Amino acid sequence: MSERTPETTPGEEQIAPQVDPVADGATDVAVEPTDEAAVNAAVETALGEIQAAADLDQLKTVRLAHTGEKSPLALGNRKIGKLPKDQKAVAGKLMGQARGRVNKAIAVRQEVLEVEHAERILVEEAVDVTAAGRRRRIGGRHPISTLMERASDIFVGMGWEVAEGPEIESEWYNFDSLNFKPDHPARQLVDTFFVDPLDSHLVLRTHTSPVQMRSLLTRDLPLYVVAPGRVFRTDELDATHTPVFHQIEGLAVDKGLSMADLKGTLEHFARQILGTEAQIRLRPNFFPFTEPSAEMDVWHPNAKGGPRWIEWGGCGMVHPNVLRSAGVDPEVYSGFAFGMGIDRTLMFRNNVPDMHDMVEGDVRFTQHFGMEV
Amino acid sequence: MRVPLSWLREYAPVPEDATAEQVLDTMVTVGFEEEEVHRPTDEIQGPVVVGQVLSREPEEHSNGKTVNWCQVRVVPEGQEQTLTGKGIDPTGVQGIVCGAHNFEVGDKVVVTLPGAVLPGDFRITPRKTYGHTSAGMIASVRELGIGEDHDGILVLSRIGLDPEIGADALELLGLYDEAAEINVTPDRGYGFSIRGVAREYSHAVNQPFHDFVLDAADRAPQANDDAGFPVELADQNPINGVPGCDRFVTRVVTGINPEAPTPPWMASRLRLAGIRSLSLPVDISNYVMLEFGQPLHFYDLATLQDKITVRRAQAGETLTTLDDKQRTLDPEDLLITDASGPIGIAGVMGGASTEVSAQTADVLVEAAHFDPITIARSARRHRLPSEASKRFERGVDPTIQAAAAQRAVELLVELAGGSAQDAAGDVVAGQRPEPQAVRLEADYPAQRVGVEYSPERIEELLIQIGCSLESTTAGEGQTAWMVTPPSWRSDLVAQEDLAEEVARLDGYHKIPSRLPVAPPGRGLTRQQIGRRRVMNTLAAAGLTEVLDYPFVSQAENNLWGAAQAGTHVPSIKLFNPISEVKGWMRVSLLPGLLETLRRNHSRGFRDLALFQAGLVFLPASQVGSRHVPAGGLKLDDDVLADVNAGIPEQPWRVGVVLAGQEAPTAPGVGARALGWQDAVDYAFMVADTLGVEMQIANGSHQGFHPGRTATFTTADGALVGWAGELHPQIVAAGNLPERTCAVELDLDALLAARPDGVQAQDLSVHTAATQDVALLVDADLPAGVLVTTLREGAGDLLEDVRVFDVYQGDRLPEGQKSVALAMRFRAPDRTLTADEASASREAAVALAAERHGAVLRG
Repeated sequence: MSERTPETTPGEEQIAPQVDPVADGATDVAVEPTDEAAVNAAVETALGEIQAAADLDQLKTVRLAHTGEKSPLALGNRKIGKLPKDQKAVAGKLMGQARGRVNKAIAVRQEVLEVEHAERILVEEAVDVTAAGRRRRIGGRHPISTLMERASDIFVGMGWEVAEGPEIESEWYNFDSLNFKPDHPARQLVDTFFVDPLDSHLVLRTHTSPVQMRSLLTRDLPLYVVAPGRVFRTDELDATHTPVFHQIEGLAVDKGLSMADLKGTLEHFARQILGTEAQIRLRPNFFPFTEPSAEMDVWHPNAKGGPRWIEWGGCGMVHPNVLRSAGVDPEVYSGFAFGMGIDRTLMFRNNVPDMHDMVEGDVRFTQHFGMEV
Repeated sequence: MRVPLSWLREYAPVPEDATAEQVLDTMVTVGFEEEEVHRPTDEIQGPVVVGQVLSREPEEHSNGKTVNWCQVRVVPEGQEQTLTGKGIDPTGVQGIVCGAHNFEVGDKVVVTLPGAVLPGDFRITPRKTYGHTSAGMIASVRELGIGEDHDGILVLSRIGLDPEIGADALELLGLYDEAAEINVTPDRGYGFSIRGVAREYSHAVNQPFHDFVLDAADRAPQANDDAGFPVELADQNPINGVPGCDRFVTRVVTGINPEAPTPPWMASRLRLAGIRSLSLPVDISNYVMLEFGQPLHFYDLATLQDKITVRRAQAGETLTTLDDKQRTLDPEDLLITDASGPIGIAGVMGGASTEVSAQTADVLVEAAHFDPITIARSARRHRLPSEASKRFERGVDPTIQAAAAQRAVELLVELAGGSAQDAAGDVVAGQRPEPQAVRLEADYPAQRVGVEYSPERIEELLIQIGCSLESTTAGEGQTAWMVTPPSWRSDLVAQEDLAEEVARLDGYHKIPSRLPVAPPGRGLTRQQIGRRRVMNTLAAAGLTEVLDYPFVSQAENNLWGAAQAGTHVPSIKLFNPISEVKGWMRVSLLPGLLETLRRNHSRGFRDLALFQAGLVFLPASQVGSRHVPAGGLKLDDDVLADVNAGIPEQPWRVGVVLAGQEAPTAPGVGARALGWQDAVDYAFMVADTLGVEMQIANGSHQGFHPGRTATFTTADGALVGWAGELHPQIVAAGNLPERTCAVELDLDALLAARPDGVQAQDLSVHTAATQDVALLVDADLPAGVLVTTLREGAGDLLEDVRVFDVYQGDRLPEGQKSVALAMRFRAPDRTLTADEASASREAAVALAAERHGAVLRG
């Protein structure tokens, strides 16, 4: 706390009692302790000045003048000792009462002035808080990151684990192990970035599905994992496409799983992330690594412009060849898998109008989201 | 696949009033996603009628142009004009100015009357031009949006039409038809035909389907390999042991009129299907392809020499294809050849030398079946994705070649006036692929899908799609079949494929919803939590996260990937990058961060603090694996190890870039420029978040200011990153804000260095003693080193030491600096006396004097 000395205003100076600073507490005129009228007059003078003291400084001066060692009352008090014995008691009582009255008046006035002082300080220290500069502002997490984390957490809450894999991936993980035959048209449909030279058989993963194979090879069954991550396709950046985007993949392999379990899982996820009214609709489709395969639509209850069905991603029952690639017996285990675009989800969930906003790194875009999505 | 409704209606029960949207809604239920609706009347509206030119008076104008002032009858003589409106002449004869000259009096033409709208929102109104009021337009095919303009206006007799005057020309030209475009998944090649779509539509509405292809097969003459044009199938080099061509049907049609026009109904359907009308023979081959799903090729019989041989290419052979491009052939290419050499790449594109032309009289029709892999590779190799190759790649029904050839012959006879020759060639090579029967247990679809299907329902659905079922042995009370899929369903090879068919036709909407219970999980890993914490810390500290592309230039990798200039930085190059310049995968996060910084700066943001956590790509000596194992089999450990060894290291990094001020000036608060100190601070913030002790030292990096760069090491001495101000030359060359600062840390290394199980400290509650010292040392002694020495010298009583000032200047000897430090001493068990604290301080100073020649000041 800063120590502040209250400033004295000119007006206050005018009403201040005229006390000679030199004589401040230095008067050597003693009041006669036996002269009751004189004592009372000194007391009255003191009380008058005490009452007139406008602030604590003035009160201090007044206090010194009337209770200090050289004040008339103090000096008068000192004289009592030299009085004849018979006068001492009367004079002592008189002086004691006189000094008591003065001291009490000072104490009362002191308290009043202290309260006034405290109140004035609070008034004087008032500021315009709305003019404050924000110095410690948070920056922001990219909403794609936040949404991926949120999606992952929903599955973690169901006992699933979060799996990861590299972004430069072997063709075997990205295609062959997932039942893409070497010349299958689906392999060309996916517009793949290949690493130079081609016979290194490395690609930028075109989906998060290679993490399925990595999980099957390294984890015990039963297996429930999601794999959020960045994926690549050779699209040019425009309002709705980007060559670098994000997916979340899900894979469950257990005994006795069917498409009903797939649908239930998707529905639970959709309700957590889009609202309790969300629904899932499956339509037949084709993916090499699932059979049966389905396209999933989600009923988005809070879509801008009203609730509607939105294409959300692909899913299906894990193709037995995928399980075989991982050495899992498809006669014993079955599984389901799904994948949806995070960027796309962010677009319809949070009404992002243009893919450019997601990739350009404009600080306004990300700071608007802050730590939330 | 774009499906004209009029065509589909011929073979499937599509209601007369159904729209393309309704057809799409129906198709989606059986697994064909909707793409688009193509509806000509969205673009063109009447009145557009047939008119007859009554008079045509050429008038030469001052601009040198000759136009025709025409009177055109648009209502039959003796009838009344029923149309009204501005510019409609009640006499039924319109005066029209026409700039084209390719017509005569008496010709029937298409007249767009006032009130009509043509493609491009071209509204027809009467207008004053060349001294007349022209009330309408005599239209060309281009103006009608149905073709390219070659000869001026459309004279109806030239496309074989002689309609009534006043007839609705939109009807005549098929412009009321519309097409539903569906997406055909790669497993269902049969969907690329009217036949396949009509079948699926019938399934969707639960109506029987009559296969018209079988009718055409019945009409085809008996064929054998001795009859007809001589053909030899001689694949000397099959891929995967599958002959490139296993069936080659030929038919001959003689005496066609190559100039015969394509009838409007055919042109209209082709156009709606997305195929340009070129000439009648070409149009017929395309028409049959769309209808049956069987690509055809027509040769000018007169140009064929000797016989046709189907074989692989020899190295160095070339062929000029129909598009007049010379192509060098690959030994994997399957060729159609005659005595002259190659005349076509099988299933992909024909050759120019045997092409059907305007002089062709006799046509050889080819309907062949080719190996999908051979065709796919050739189409890809020559970058020739054609309508034919698209179908062959996805599998063409191997039993319909004779039927398709028959349909083509019939159309050539009917529309081009040819004569069909009786002899039909049908050459077969190798073992014809017979559909393999698949065993299906009746309870399998239910297990897979979660819907209880009765054996009767499964039988019904599989028979509906063309399978034949035979009961087979099964367990007690169980049903099982051997299911033979139809010839056009090469995708049905296992029981799960059949399960999907059952589910698809019964309806995916019947699948119930059930939430499976996973076993207890471990939650996020420490690594995952650690990364999140680092990112959240940086964001909470005011930095903004960036997710940029990992594509960089080689120069950027060389600059940011090594401390020393001129070091070779191995990095991954892309074969087909978006941009050739940015064709490499990043080895550092900084190029992308700096580009984002620059972009924000150019958008007017001056105070910028950005961060990113992401992967970098660090190739080892082995990049990839030469051999890719096949899927569907568990790999041997050494094969899998080889695949894994070829995948580059991809560690997580975290990077920060800073420019401008920490916060702008505000009342009572001055601005403070972000500088190297902040870079160092954020680096430590990352380490502190992870609980990692990180050592700082003065270092160097080619990208950073030589005198303002910190390097960081972990306890084991491993270098984990850099922080500091960027090199002024790099800042200038990169057009970056002055004094841009950066940090890059190896996040994986920091995560690995994290303590596990932090042990609590004993907190002494005794009073601390603080003492300050100022030491005179060599100017180049790092403060960090001095601090370490003081710590060591002071011993256990020293609780904390921190630099609070460094002074260098006139009042000190040359080459010396004064470092002022605050030291705090505390004992665990007692309040220290001043003497004890001083003794500890003196011991610290003594060690500094010994090691660094430090002198205590004042």
